[in-house]
Amino acid sequence: MKPRVGVLALQGGFAAHAAILQRLGVRVDEIRTAEQLAAVDALVMPGGESTTMSMLLERSGLLEPLAGRLDSGMGVLGTCAGMILLAAEVVDGRADQHALGLVDITVRRNAYGTQIESFEADIGVDGFETPFHAVFIRAPAVERVGPGVEVLARHEGRPVLCRSGPATVAAFHPELSGDGRLHARFLDDL
Amino acid sequence: MSGTPSSDTAAATGTTLVKRGLAEMLKGGVIMDVVTPEHARIAEDAGAVSVMALERVPSDIRAHGGVSRMSDPEMIQSIMAAVSIPVMAKTRIGHFAEAQILQALGVDYVDESEVLTPADEAHHIDKWAFTVPFVCGATNLGEALRRISEGACMIRSKGEAGTGNIVEAVRHLRSIVGDMRRIAAAGDEAELFEWAKQLRAPLPLVQEIANTGWLPVPLFCAGGIATPADASLVMQLGAEAAFVGSGIFKSSNPPKMASAIVEAVTHYRDPEILAKISAGLGEAMAGLETADLTTKMAERGW
Repeated sequence: MKPRVGVLALQGGFAAHAAILQRLGVRVDEIRTAEQLAAVDALVMPGGESTTMSMLLERSGLLEPLAGRLDSGMGVLGTCAGMILLAAEVVDGRADQHALGLVDITVRRNAYGTQIESFEADIGVDGFETPFHAVFIRAPAVERVGPGVEVLARHEGRPVLCRSGPATVAAFHPELSGDGRLHARFLDDL
Repeated sequence: MSGTPSSDTAAATGTTLVKRGLAEMLKGGVIMDVVTPEHARIAEDAGAVSVMALERVPSDIRAHGGVSRMSDPEMIQSIMAAVSIPVMAKTRIGHFAEAQILQALGVDYVDESEVLTPADEAHHIDKWAFTVPFVCGATNLGEALRRISEGACMIRSKGEAGTGNIVEAVRHLRSIVGDMRRIAAAGDEAELFEWAKQLRAPLPLVQEIANTGWLPVPLFCAGGIATPADASLVMQLGAEAAFVGSGIFKSSNPPKMASAIVEAVTHYRDPEILAKISAGLGEAMAGLETADLTTKMAERGW
């Protein structure tokens, strides 16, 4: 049976993720409450503002249920802000920002500067025969990778795609370039 | 845009995909007008996804009169230094020199805005010429498509800024979304030719709407949002995020109103959550009847 995938829809680029997942033939639910989270098998945490999402996770009563599901091994794909929220340590975040600590990496927010430094580039991804077109929007940078974290892609030497157990995190936006391969791999791994 | 991924390419900045991409990331969020670094911090603390740095909120621009211009770069920089979320700033319609300065400051988005006094009575800025992305206002679909054809990467329905009255925002959203629905239901190409003529808009953009049912860029709402219920209303009408100007810092309890509107945009379809969020917020901003206005900002822009 195909998994039922949730896209965290508190804020950010959730619609583009949902569109790609639907194209791949899975049922997609927008997740804004704990009840909705309980009904899905896996979760995508989209880009957006990590500070906003962190606050809304707390105010919407999602923080503890989400931490519980992640602890019990739910598959999760985090992009940009989603990567920041799943990281063990965040540099240049807000003091009150929640780090779910699922992936043992240190991430610097807005590492490349403001929007005029945002860019797109082709990157090589482990296991893909052709380059993946990656869009980096006010992107975070991975500054430390802990043991047990696999780096699947780099851009100019920096890790930009990492996997740790059931979690895959990307500094870029695979949902924006129309290439469904990363989402397909995420679904295959579930 | 997507290109052929045959080999590693050099990083490209300022592309359409990159510029529209930031708008995509602001969806489901609230962009708040702020006039000081203190306001900016309150906005960020409340969960704003972005702040709009300006010298006066629109209701004060109305009250103050005179020519309204781009803000002092020093003030914009102090706001950029105060927060970690994206910072937007406004340029006058057609004033590309102000926009060049804003780009040099490194702001994240430029709003070519009818809230400021227009600098050009015929021409909007050539927004393709910039690395920084632009948002523009629109009262109807034709205006939105003209702005997109000039390079705008986000459209916001104009509403009537500084009034705390949602009626104009509703009119503009219903017009834009309703026409998109009618175009998507068009019977043949000939009807699309007629739509392009009626809307005074480029045919390829009309054809794109016929195919996708939506603008090629995100559609946000601005102008008149003063309560969580207002935010829910415009989101249910099709807006993908909300700009709130005077509605926050002209209310009696700005931090509380700001948080409530942020939550309302997320939970816009859930009346039970909205009921909780809306309780005990204090006074919303005093509103203005649009029939009494001497200046209708929404009429600026061509």
